[in-house]
Amino acid sequence: MSLAHRIIPCLDTDGERVVKGVNFVGLRDAGDPVALAARYNAEGADELVVLDIAASRDRRPTFLETIRRVAAELAIPLTAGGGIRTLKDGRAVVRAGADKVTVNTAAVERPELISELSREFGAQAVVLAIDAKRAGDHWDVMVRGGKESASLDAIEWGRIGVAAGAGEILLTSVDRDGTQIGFDVALTAAISRTVTVPVIASGGAKSPEHFVEIFQQAAADAALAASIFHDEVQSIRTLKEYLAACGVEVRLPC
Amino acid sequence: MKVTILDYGAGNVPSVERALQRLGAESHRTDSPAYISKADALLLPGVGHYAALVRALDENNLRAPLVDAIHRGVPFLGICLGLQVLFKSSEEAGQLHGLNLLPGIVSALPSHVKLPHMGWNQLEKKRDSSLLTGIAPGAYFYFAHTYAALDSNASTAATCSHGAEFTAVIEQKNIYAVQFHPEKSGDSGARVLQNFLRRVA
Repeated sequence: MSLAHRIIPCLDTDGERVVKGVNFVGLRDAGDPVALAARYNAEGADELVVLDIAASRDRRPTFLETIRRVAAELAIPLTAGGGIRTLKDGRAVVRAGADKVTVNTAAVERPELISELSREFGAQAVVLAIDAKRAGDHWDVMVRGGKESASLDAIEWGRIGVAAGAGEILLTSVDRDGTQIGFDVALTAAISRTVTVPVIASGGAKSPEHFVEIFQQAAADAALAASIFHDEVQSIRTLKEYLAACGVEVRLPC
Repeated sequence: MKVTILDYGAGNVPSVERALQRLGAESHRTDSPAYISKADALLLPGVGHYAALVRALDENNLRAPLVDAIHRGVPFLGICLGLQVLFKSSEEAGQLHGLNLLPGIVSALPSHVKLPHMGWNQLEKKRDSSLLTGIAPGAYFYFAHTYAALDSNASTAATCSHGAEFTAVIEQKNIYAVQFHPEKSGDSGARVLQNFLRRVA
């Protein structure tokens, strides 16, 4: 009896539709978030993440409406984020039906944002998203959609974020994102062993072996992927059966 | 028959409402003492900080009508913080008083494991439980908390473990409570809510 490793599909949206593309280039439509949410809920996903990767101010009401419609389909937890800059932004996302809020660039610029959200909603509702990129012997925190270095050590930033009140870290390897060659084991292990909160690994997954590797070698608590689930390269049910057969504790759908 | 949900601004109220709706149950939310006194069944959701819940109960004058209703035998379901508040107090806000309907206090889970205890975990049944009727052994439920009732007692129907064993399901007369989030726990969670509704009907 112990905590199951979580499998988390991620819906990157332009506010309204699920989109796909590397570094905001060549975005293409990948489906209806509500239909995908219903499918993942039924297939045994442990949680769902919905991000507004465009995060433009004037499309915010559209994104909030998307959260409401997605939340209505789910009997599992929902995390939402993208462009959360203030406590007010976080509140709007929670009121729309999200259980947790992710913060990224705005938290790097103003770490108090993490404490403000944590005080109001509890640490379990605040997910610090870290986009990390290898820079010599360490990893740099990247901001603005992974394009700009914040000149901040990713492991140190994880530690600071947790001290400020983050209850979970969503760690994306910018080097691996979109490559489908596997999660960044070294990066994930380094963060997971340093911070005291659960770590969600993201970026680079394709095969079931990649998931086994990230759980067994990097002590990740959860693993996130997007297009391999959307494109049905990987079914959540089959993936979980494979993990269970490899001795990784997962919640098997009934 | 209607379930009265105590709404003091907790994040999980809409999802609790939706979960009840899917089961065909009627519910309404209130922060008014009068409605609590008239309720057929009470549900106290809660997520976040213990102090926020206790302060909201006191600022809205909900403590006395809630305790009275529970003493009168009105079926009560507490979720997450709604379980923790049944005890005398919590280490999360040591100066504040809980409802003191059950013996013991709420403490932090041990720090050698990752906290919050976040994700899907299994239960260990301690005795027959109407809330867990029809739940397969090994079923998973979604937890998201750092504090817990570590001393199980006569009201404990099932426990869970994360660094230490803690009370996950409480049943004592008309008092029902769960540390996990049934509204976020898929089919197993829906079954727990349905079992509560059966006790109410």
